[in-house]
Formats: sequence, structure tokens, C-alpha cells
Amino acid sequence: MNYFKRRDGHLSLSLVGKEAIAGLLFIIPFLVGFFGNFLPLIIESIKFSLSNMEVTSSGYVLSQAGNNGFEHYIRLLTIDPDFNQMLLRSLGEMALKVPLVIIFSFFAANLLNQEFKGRAIARSIFFFPVILTSGVILGLENSDLLVRTLSDTGANVDDTEAVLNVVYFIRTYTDLPMSIISYLTSAINGIYDIIIASGVQILIFLAALQSISPSLYEASSIEGATKWESFWKITFPMVSPIILVNSVYTIIDTFTNETNEMMSEIKSTIFTEIKYGYGSAMAWFYFICIAIVLAVVGSIISRKVFYYDER
Amino acid sequence: MRDEQSEKWLLWSEKIGRLLLKIVRGTVIVGICFIILQPLFVKLSVSFMSEKDLYDSSVKYIAKHFTLSNYQMALSGMDYWRVLFRTLVLSVTISLLQLFACLLTAYGFARFRFPFKNLLFGCVIFTLIVPPQVIMLPLFMKYRFFDIFGLFSMITGGPVNLIDSYWPFIMQACTCMGIRNGLYIYMLRQFFKGMPRELEEAAFVDGCGKLRTFIQIMLPSAVPMMVTVFLFGFVWQWTDSFYTSLYLNNTKVISSSLSSLAVNVYSSYEGFGGSMNFISPGFVSMINNTGTVLSIIPLIILYLICQKSFVEGIERSGIVG
Repeated sequence: MNYFKRRDGHLSLSLVGKEAIAGLLFIIPFLVGFFGNFLPLIIESIKFSLSNMEVTSSGYVLSQAGNNGFEHYIRLLTIDPDFNQMLLRSLGEMALKVPLVIIFSFFAANLLNQEFKGRAIARSIFFFPVILTSGVILGLENSDLLVRTLSDTGANVDDTEAVLNVVYFIRTYTDLPMSIISYLTSAINGIYDIIIASGVQILIFLAALQSISPSLYEASSIEGATKWESFWKITFPMVSPIILVNSVYTIIDTFTNETNEMMSEIKSTIFTEIKYGYGSAMAWFYFICIAIVLAVVGSIISRKVFYYDER
Repeated sequence: MRDEQSEKWLLWSEKIGRLLLKIVRGTVIVGICFIILQPLFVKLSVSFMSEKDLYDSSVKYIAKHFTLSNYQMALSGMDYWRVLFRTLVLSVTISLLQLFACLLTAYGFARFRFPFKNLLFGCVIFTLIVPPQVIMLPLFMKYRFFDIFGLFSMITGGPVNLIDSYWPFIMQACTCMGIRNGLYIYMLRQFFKGMPRELEEAAFVDGCGKLRTFIQIMLPSAVPMMVTVFLFGFVWQWTDSFYTSLYLNNTKVISSSLSSLAVNVYSSYEGFGGSMNFISPGFVSMINNTGTVLSIIPLIILYLICQKSFVEGIERSGIVG
């Protein structure tokens, strides 16, 4: 692209160049934040992962780890017996949970976007999961053993029995493969987790649904489209950019959630065992895996996404 | 005659269909609401119990010895009103700054072409992947010994200590580095990308500058998204315990006073002559639940206020399309 043009012998900005400057001016906050605030810390953290750290009374001392600094990574992949397993489990959990969360939250947002009595109350209730899964509240919730036993007593036994019954029922009367049945039952069994995990996504979808112009629906209903058709021809494409956002966010959230096994392992390695180098190496390898998953999923979904004006 | 009858039937079946739909929808919504509310309800009921009731197996949700003393203890133990005000100011400031910075960035990514755009947007997602815990140590060091290109050292003769001030929060918010700001940028960018370009072009042709076009044309139709971003920012700042415990040692905000609540209440008990020799788990959970209820209430009120602008958003966005 030509950002500059030559006029009367001296250089000046072309239209494309002006646009580029305007764009860069708009994203200045992020540029400053990323290069001034974030990147130096990241580099520091990568440095940690390549070295051994000793905490002394006045601070810490870094020394290069063995194998050109890759000692921690090599140990992670070839010696540590748990790491690979944990990584695979995290990936499996993600594959199980993300589609369910996306489908559920889209469904719930559509439900909440309709007109019905008590909509305001229902919407506020659907906002609770965002509060309950955040920061200090989640921490207290997890540590509160007493109330958990108080509210759970008796429920679990019935649940397992019911699930077994349902599995048996479906197995005898249909030809569905066992894997699908167990996927569905695990989904239903974990309904609380899924509802709690989709609070943020529901709100994002809701905001996107609210932003669709009502005139589009009016026009389509005058042309004789049914609700079903206008859902697939208007709602779905208009919301599809947000489906991409939500998928990316859900993937990141399941991976880096505080309850994730891998994250708690990293945290305990860093803060309990005080192995800053090894913990950082773990974290960085984990992030690379997440980035690969994101790239794959993102490129698949973004092919289907509709933008009002593509350029 | 026939026609009339069949028409009647059609009407009836339509009515029944709609009724069925309503019933199904109602059941699903009530069911989900119940699942969400159940743990909250437990919290609320525990907060009214006295400690005896916790160990009484005949008490499930309704307290036998109804008491408000938990609330009194929690209110004084958290230093509630002062902390509430402080956290309110902090959260509102931070979430508004975040919103503003993220809006600008998102619009830049959505509408303009510039070099390395995709790479930079990848960086946005990358900030979301890295959880702050991993960079905790360098983060703390940075604000403990804060300096920009040696500028502060030149003026004051040494790096500045920004711990126990609000500056780290403000700086992070202004530069899109707050809690999950990558998500906000992504959300808003997708939203702006989904909007038709005609309006902006019309405004531009009429001689409106780029920033003014953005503020006067784009922002009004983005109100639902903006409210959502503001809400997320507010809630996450409100309950955040990572950054607040990292940056604020002596200044209490809601999250830090909530997590130290049980210990505080217990030590004030000791001051009264020590009727408790150890912190019983029941007591801790009771006080914590009360504190949780107290710190959630402002968030719910905020949501109820913000919800109105969701509705306004639709009417305004009517201009688009």
C-alpha cells in the first residue's frame, strides 16, 4: 500500500496514509498500554521461565537455567509425569464445555430478549452468575465448606441414580452411541456449572441482540417472513460477529479460570513451592497451547461470520 | 359454513400453540432462575441464622433463632459505609476510564486500515490469555519502583512508590490493561464492524471530523454494548481481589475487607473479653455469607439502574439500518 504520494516534488500523505494515521491515533491507548505496560512484564516473565530464581533478603537473583535456559521446558515435557496429562484433561474439558456454554447462552439471551411479564426480574437474575464467578466472591464460595454441605445434602445421591436411570432408558429405546449419551448426561448433570459459566456470554449476546435494528424485522415480516425465517436470516447473521467473540472468550475462560486444574497447579508451583522459574515455564507452555487452540477455532468460526460491510 | 369452522379451528390452534410456547418458556426461565438463585438464597438464609441453627439438623433454610446480629457484626467488621463509598468511587472511575479507552481502541481496529493491524489485534487477544497472576512479581516491582524513562528519578531523585495509591489502577485503565480489557475491545470492535458504514460516510461528507463522527454517530447506537462493558468493568473491579491486594496494602476496599472480615470480627470479640477461643468454621461461614450479601447488594442495585438504558438503546439504535 502507498501511504505517501509525491506531489510537486515533495512527499505528502496519501488518503490511505491519512487513514492509517487516524487509525493509529485511535488505538493509542492500547499501543501505550501494550508496549509500555504489558510487554516489558511479559519479557520479564519469559526471562523467569528461562532461569532459576533465588529469593534473597533484598530481592531476588536470577541465574541462567541449564540446557541454554530451556531446562524447565525440557523437564516439563519429558520428566514431569503430571503435566502432559493435565494439559490433555484441560483440553478435553474445554472441548466439552465450550459448545454447551455457547449454545446455552445464545438460547438464554434469545429467551430474555422476548417480551414477557417479569422480564426485568429475569434479566437481573441472569446477571448474578457474573457476580458469583468473580474475584473474592468465588474465593469465599469455594472455601465455604459448611454451607456447601448444608445445601447439598441428599441431592447428590438422587442425582446419580436419576442419571443412571436416564442413561439406561435411552440405551434401551434408542440406538444412540454411548459417547453421545454420556456427553448429554454429563451436560445435564453439570447444568449448574454451565449456567454459572455463561453469565458473561449471555449479557454479551443480549447486548448484541438489543443492537439489531427493529426495522429489519419489520421489513421482513411485511415481506412475509415467519419468525423462524427471520431468526436464521436476520438474528443469526447479525449476531455472528459476537458468537466469535463469545467462543474466544469462553475458550480463554475455561482455560484460565481459577478453578481450572492447570491454573491452580501453576499458582501453587509459583506461590506455594516458590519455584518461579518452573511455574513460569509451565504457564508459558500452557499459553502457547491456548493460543494454538484459539487460532484454529477462531479461523474456523470467522469464515462463517457475517459483517455488515466487509472490506 | 365449512370455511368459518376451519378458520375458527385455525385460530384456536394458534392460540393453544402460543399458550404452550408461553408455558414452556416460563418453565425454562423459572427453572434456570431457580438454579441461579438457590446458592444465593442459602447465603441469605444463613445470614439471618444464629450459630446454633447451623449445627441443628432440623434447620434447613428458615432460621429458628432469627437474628440481625450477623449484619451488625459484618457492618462494623467491614467498616462497611466508608469502604463502600471508597470502592464505589474507585470502581466508577476505573470502569468509565476503561470504557473510554476501549471504545477508542475498538473503533480504531474496526474502521481503519493501518500497518500490522492483524498482528496488533492478535496482541489484544494475547493480553486476555495471560492471567495477571503469572506476571505478578514484575507487576508489583514496576509500581513499587515506578519510573518512566528515568524521568521521575531526575525530578525527585529516585523512583516513585505508587503502591497504596490509585495510580496503578488509573494507569492500567487508561491504557486498556485493566481486568479483561481485551474482551471489551474485542466485543466493541465486533459490534462496530457489524454496523453499516453509510452513516459515517454521510457525516464525513458533511464535513464532520473523524473523532466527532465517532462520538456523535457511532456512540449513540452502541449504548447497549457500552452499558454492558461498563457493568462488567464495574463488577470485576468491585470484586477483584488480585490487583487490590497487590496495590493497596493499607487502604481497604470491599473485596479486601470482605476477605479479612472473619478475622476482624473475631479479634474484636477478643477485645470484649474473649468469649471465643478459636474461630469456629460455622461462625466464619456465617459472617462470610453475611458479608457477601452486603457486598453483592450494591451491584444488584447498579444493575437495576443500568437496565433502563438497555431499553433506551433499542429506540436510539433505530437510526441504524
